[in-house]
Amino acid sequence: MKSFTGETLRWNWNDGVVELTLDREPANEIGTAMLAELEKFVAGFDALAPETSVCIISSARKHGFSAGADLRETYEMIAFLSGAERLAGVRQFLERIHAVFNAIDAAPFVTIAAVHGICFGGGLELALVCDIIVADKMARFAFPELRLGLIPGFGGIPRLNRDLGNAFVRDLLFTGRSVNATRAQAVGLVSQLAAEGEALNVARSNAGQIKKFDPYTRAAAKKFLKPIPHEELRQEINLFCELFTRPAVMAALKKFVESTDAMPYLP
Amino acid sequence: MRTMEQTTQEVLDLAAKHFQVAQGSLAPDDDFFKKLGINSLQALELLSRLENHFGIELPDYEVQGVSDFRTLVSRIQSRL
Repeated sequence: MKSFTGETLRWNWNDGVVELTLDREPANEIGTAMLAELEKFVAGFDALAPETSVCIISSARKHGFSAGADLRETYEMIAFLSGAERLAGVRQFLERIHAVFNAIDAAPFVTIAAVHGICFGGGLELALVCDIIVADKMARFAFPELRLGLIPGFGGIPRLNRDLGNAFVRDLLFTGRSVNATRAQAVGLVSQLAAEGEALNVARSNAGQIKKFDPYTRAAAKKFLKPIPHEELRQEINLFCELFTRPAVMAALKKFVESTDAMPYLP
Repeated sequence: MRTMEQTTQEVLDLAAKHFQVAQGSLAPDDDFFKKLGINSLQALELLSRLENHFGIELPDYEVQGVSDFRTLVSRIQSRL
């Protein structure tokens, strides 16, 4: 399918480049509706591959790329379930999101995240599956999951560890702070900085260059360069589920969804 | 090295410019959430603008709970 418009996102293919645009109010929170549409997107990769060189993922929302997992939906869906039902539901969601993120990570074309504004939690994890991150100078990155008594659950730690090493993971995780685009570029998370509002244009410029290379060589290089850390991803799902059973998590989720704090992602 | 007064003026000017408030209408003791009419996502935007303007990193937890320009300026000043 070369073009699609759903409830939370849309994509359009043109001249070897497929652009996936996240567009769900207020800030592209990743919940069940976006997951289902992302599944639809990756299901089309085999058909797109022969004539696609680049996929660009960006956001149409003013405030940023993505605020991460839809915690409000998560809380509302599980609040009245038993502990065992909650755990089963969360594990199933994680298995599905990991399947989608692994597919994008290993996509047979080059993937670029064009990031502006907030890129937090699951949003950062989505950017991390891409081969290249282009960020405008107003972008901010964070892993605020510890304030919920959790770790990132969409593959963030293994992928950040793969790409940058453990020290930066610890900085983000143990402080919960958000870092700006300049810092993110300095540590190697962001490949290229763009002026405010220009990340998508810079990503398109990259795509124009990437298209010039031989697709077979490009795909072989990607496979060699970017192995998916399957074992660590499996461990992450198991640890997330183990932490999720603690009563403190439900209390923290409730506090978060009811919060009017300016920085609800901090404890 | 900027003085507190210089930093204060730059913060007020930057806030007024980017959140479309009349230049000169902001004062150091103003509650910037109320005066600028911003929400939590826009507060992050302000944080990014301040970091880019002053070339510093201002960890979120150092400005958590801060709502007036004067305290915000003192946090910035300690990072200059």
